[in-house]
Amino acid sequence: MSATQWPLYEVFIRSKGGLDHKHVGSVHATDANMAIEHARDVYTRRMEGVSIWVVPSASIVASDPQEAGSLFEPARDKVYRHPTFYEIPEEVKNL
Amino acid sequence: MYTQSLDNHGQAPVDTAAEDAQRCAQFQGRVDLDERIEPKDWMPDAYRQTLIRQISQHAHSEIVGMLPEGNWITRAPSLRRKAVLIAKVQDEGGHGAYLYSAAETLGVSRDELLEQLLSGAAKYSSIFNYPTPTWADVGAIGWLVDGAAIVNQIPLCRCSYGPYARAMVRVCKEESFHQRQGFEIMLALARGTAAQKQMAQDSLNRWWWPSLMMFGPNDADSKHSAQSMRWKIKRFSNDELRQRFIDATVPQAQFLGLSVPDPKLRWDEQTGHFEAGPIDWNEFFDVIKGNGPCNRERLEARRDAHAKGAWVREAATAYALKHRADGLTRAA
Ligand SMILES: [Fe+2]
Ligand SMILES: [Fe+2]
Repeated sequence: MSATQWPLYEVFIRSKGGLDHKHVGSVHATDANMAIEHARDVYTRRMEGVSIWVVPSASIVASDPQEAGSLFEPARDKVYRHPTFYEIPEEVKNL
Repeated sequence: MYTQSLDNHGQAPVDTAAEDAQRCAQFQGRVDLDERIEPKDWMPDAYRQTLIRQISQHAHSEIVGMLPEGNWITRAPSLRRKAVLIAKVQDEGGHGAYLYSAAETLGVSRDELLEQLLSGAAKYSSIFNYPTPTWADVGAIGWLVDGAAIVNQIPLCRCSYGPYARAMVRVCKEESFHQRQGFEIMLALARGTAAQKQMAQDSLNRWWWPSLMMFGPNDADSKHSAQSMRWKIKRFSNDELRQRFIDATVPQAQFLGLSVPDPKLRWDEQTGHFEAGPIDWNEFFDVIKGNGPCNRERLEARRDAHAKGAWVREAATAYALKHRADGLTRAA
């Protein structure tokens, strides 16, 4: 870590209790505590959050978009996993 | 706008034709379908370079844009105005931060971008090279400069590059307050004493034309426009956006009882638009080249702030290295 190039942290914010944390952007910081303070200043100036997660960007492992086809292919033809696949007579209720 | 599609520093974008033609065609197909391009997706190098240039110029503009208004924070006429101005200037710093982080997703480092700004290699919006000698200028900037920025930034919320579009959504949510507080300042002055009204008029006189120039050269002279439109980085031409701004703003000036400093300005019944006189592009290109009233001062202020902050960055780095072993409270 040089004096200028601080590690990058991805920022996730829970906008209110009951909701998931959502990715909002990133900040540079010397450590995780500073990343939270920066995230507070940069992403929650208008009460946008009640909780912040920061994760070193280098720790995120992502799927490769080039391989999205084969990665998600197994789910593609299994339409029977959706309720609309099944035909139920109209007169049957609550199903 | 904040980027003004003028500058091509760094290497010239690679000719797309030289790249894998099939991949480029696929990429264009995705753009045509209004799909969003994300950082790890394949993209033509020219698309990447164009975005790095545009997003970083936009970021630099936000950061340098803090200076003309920051000039009035200690002299704001009331505590209310002061609190508002601090919040506004802080927002602009935040906009710079969102945008730098969007630019970094394209593989450029924050350090490189900062270095380009401080060395004078990078461009930023010409508008921030004008001085703010009176309090009315804080009003005029909010009303006109942020007003022009809104017109430009709203379509950017649908830009084909995901991280840029998302940063713009965040920015647009915050801009509306900037413009309204500016208009409120102008309204207070316009309804004040004769001297205050004159101050507002004088400020409008100085900011009107530079605000129109923020949209960049006329369409015929805009060299990056066609490709940016094809890539859906840009959705409307410079002249279209400028016209939208003029149509929205002239009636606001009329409401204030101030006159727009354009003797040729007229309402066109046929088109339903205000028709403005010609813009003095010599002034614009001169400011872009570095000869505006404050170019030197702005860069010096940035360099000075960066140099004076060096000890803070060094201390923070040293502190972090020392406490590296310490963990952080687990996320919950
Ligand atoms: Fe801004
Ligand atoms: Fe703004």
